[in-house]
Amino acid sequence: MFAYILRRLGMMLVVVFGASFLAYNLQAYSSNPLSVFTESTAENKEFLIAQTIRDLQLDVPPPIRYFSWLRGIVAGLWGQFDMGVSRNGIPVIELLGQAIPITIRLVIAATFLAIILGVAVGMLTAIRQYSRFDYVMTFISFLLFSLPIFWVAVLLKEFMAIQFNDFLVNPEIPPLSIAIAALVFGLVVAGFTGGTRLRFFSVLAGAAAFAAAVLTFLSATRWFLDPSLGIFGVGFLAFCSAAVVIQLISGLDSKKGLFAGFGTAIAVTVAYFPLQALMTAEATFLNVLAVFAVTITMGMAIGFVVSPIDRRVYIRIGLFTALLATFPIIVDRFMREFAAYTISDAVRGRPMPTLGQGKDLLSPEQISNFWISGLDAAMHLILPTIALTLVSFAGYVRFSRGSLLEVLNMDYIRTARAKGLSERTVIVRHGMRNAMLPLTTILVNDFAGLLGGAIITEGVFAWKGMGQLFNDALTTYDLNLFMGVFILTAFLTVLANFVADLLYGVVDPRIRIRK
Amino acid sequence: MASEKKETETVFDKNENEIVNHETEGLSQRQIIFRRFVRHKAAMGSLFVLVSIILLVFSASGLHLGTREEPISVEGWWKYSITDIDPEGAIASVCNGGVTGCPTLDLLPEFIDGTGVQIGEHPLGTDLIGVDYFALVMRGAQQSVMVMVIVGLLGVGIGTTIGAIAGYYGGIVDAILMRITDMFLVTPVIVIGAVIGFRFGNLGVLPLAIMLGFFAWMGLARFVRTEFLTLREREFVDAARVAGASDRRIIFKHILPNATGVIIVAGTLLLSGAILIESALSFLGFGVTAPDVSLGSLISEYQDTFSISPWLFWWPGSLIVAIALCVNFIGDGLRDAFDPKQRRNISMQERKRAKELSAKRS
Repeated sequence: MFAYILRRLGMMLVVVFGASFLAYNLQAYSSNPLSVFTESTAENKEFLIAQTIRDLQLDVPPPIRYFSWLRGIVAGLWGQFDMGVSRNGIPVIELLGQAIPITIRLVIAATFLAIILGVAVGMLTAIRQYSRFDYVMTFISFLLFSLPIFWVAVLLKEFMAIQFNDFLVNPEIPPLSIAIAALVFGLVVAGFTGGTRLRFFSVLAGAAAFAAAVLTFLSATRWFLDPSLGIFGVGFLAFCSAAVVIQLISGLDSKKGLFAGFGTAIAVTVAYFPLQALMTAEATFLNVLAVFAVTITMGMAIGFVVSPIDRRVYIRIGLFTALLATFPIIVDRFMREFAAYTISDAVRGRPMPTLGQGKDLLSPEQISNFWISGLDAAMHLILPTIALTLVSFAGYVRFSRGSLLEVLNMDYIRTARAKGLSERTVIVRHGMRNAMLPLTTILVNDFAGLLGGAIITEGVFAWKGMGQLFNDALTTYDLNLFMGVFILTAFLTVLANFVADLLYGVVDPRIRIRK
Repeated sequence: MASEKKETETVFDKNENEIVNHETEGLSQRQIIFRRFVRHKAAMGSLFVLVSIILLVFSASGLHLGTREEPISVEGWWKYSITDIDPEGAIASVCNGGVTGCPTLDLLPEFIDGTGVQIGEHPLGTDLIGVDYFALVMRGAQQSVMVMVIVGLLGVGIGTTIGAIAGYYGGIVDAILMRITDMFLVTPVIVIGAVIGFRFGNLGVLPLAIMLGFFAWMGLARFVRTEFLTLREREFVDAARVAGASDRRIIFKHILPNATGVIIVAGTLLLSGAILIESALSFLGFGVTAPDVSLGSLISEYQDTFSISPWLFWWPGSLIVAIALCVNFIGDGLRDAFDPKQRRNISMQERKRAKELSAKRS
């Protein structure tokens, strides 16, 4: 095993070395740093050109210049790491240090959303193969596959930001929109539940009526001006999360599971008012953690007392229900700052931004308020997150659908059914768990690819992250900066491949034997 | 109750097998695959749409190749080119309270909106200075399709060659080739593309497409290699080798035909990826640059005028989506057709018919 790891590490270094050599020369030969001077009329033009040539060592051929750059990287071994300076004279490592947190902030929510939604939808389509739901989701995922992200981004800016802000002036939803939205919601729900024609239409009618009622309520109470979930919204969402958690862990026919899950949901809902004391205007991130700590303790305690037998199962139900049900409480707290935020000078009634990463326009008091600055950051994240989620969602849907379908054809699934296990157990325990295995590989790779992968999104939404750095490096012929971004993404990709292989061996014993 | 259910299930299974067997009786592998593909409705529809788009695009704007100094041109049937400016025509078409250059295309018949079905002078409107937008979009789509096809052909060619060699010979050859593949693979496509586009974008679409093609083969090479690794262990390869076949003959005559499915499917994925990459590069300004246009550069140019003249934004975007969507669906149809485990969804009516048939026979 040790020899294997060493060999892989050596291989990684060779690959990164080769790739960086390739990229360095590609970039060096395809750009001309002196082109800014061709139209220059400065009197000391000759001097400036000579100076640039000296500073950038342009008289040294790129393949050789590469090694002087590499020396700075290798020097990291004895603590003198040096990525060179950008053409503005700022050390590259400093620029990277500023850009990485921004990019991470941009992509992390989108990645998690895409994974969770994508895997959930993909597995549901696999369970309901060849159903209407499957066909519709397949079509949607193909459509999303084919969408250029910059096009989506511009559409989002127009419809979700500009028109949403216009809508806020008079937040009443026209009846026709309510009808269409309700119908679509009904079709999605009914399409998934399936069944006979009668059941299809009754589910459709029920879901559509529910959606129409909610939307009419939101419109009539001008909810969008001062949104909040309130204790009813929190309670409803808590019950929904409890239902999902119970179904996944113990099945809805387990009485003790129901007690643990719904008990936790009720406890979290009841704790809604007392918990507000933790979330004052002076709160910090620690207070949010404290809220989670309180609810999770409650959930686990309820799971603990429900049954002395199989205690771990019920504790797990309590834990996950509490975890999921607490998010609405936190979101609700942020929402209640929305009205004040909307009328503040920072946004002047147009809260949905089309550009930027937030914080620029807030007053000092607003920045020091955790809830308002958090809301501001969240508002700036919404559009890029939707754009990124939409384009990466489809891949997860297709992958997890294919993966689960393949697993469901396996002999051990037939064995599980033959043993008389319930369909839920067969699919959740034997099917889904095994279908998740190949997902680990693409998950790890995707996380690594994300750092360099949001170039277009960052450009469209004017975020100053890694993608923007890369873009700057290309347009200003900044070779050191370019290589800085490149070596980081390349190294992360290789590392992720390696970790994915190791991880796969850990989660799937069958792979280990073959090695 | 349970036994009754089981019985109907076995009857179903038997019938299903019968339907499938009956359909494939006496057909060659190729015919079976072709039939499966033709039966895939989404794929056939997409194929039709894609061919129509390509015919429309290429016939409308003609072919313009060669360098700027020595153009080789074949004129298309559309009356305007991307350099003709028609300010009067643009001003003549006004809509939405004074916005000029609106599309004159009208597909609604007279009894709905009062005007009849017509194409008009500028069916997709004009851009801000009066250039016919139909000509621009057709030209842009043509560029994008050309990039797509060239990248696809080069990617499939190089990828298959490298994957086949690595997979067939294995050992040190495999190790070296795969490390080289990794080197290309760790570089994000958009990074390579941007560097290439930066250098070759202004030379026109052909050099750009060729250079992109040289960096688009890695995924395919990996697929082909895996396929070759498994296929070369199979008995028919051993048999060929015992019979004295050369390496070349084994690769081309015995293994490659069996790997066609993988190659075609990965190839279509490559195609739809290529059109998105090209448009993304042009959008960022690294791809096709002015005075030439591509769908991506059109979107990039008019993204800020969305609220005034949205058609400048809708048309190129919808074309990209339409082309990529068609290619994806065709790829899906091909994957299903080549997948031996694939069982199509047998409808209730067919089951019924098969049941009646078997009842009649017995």
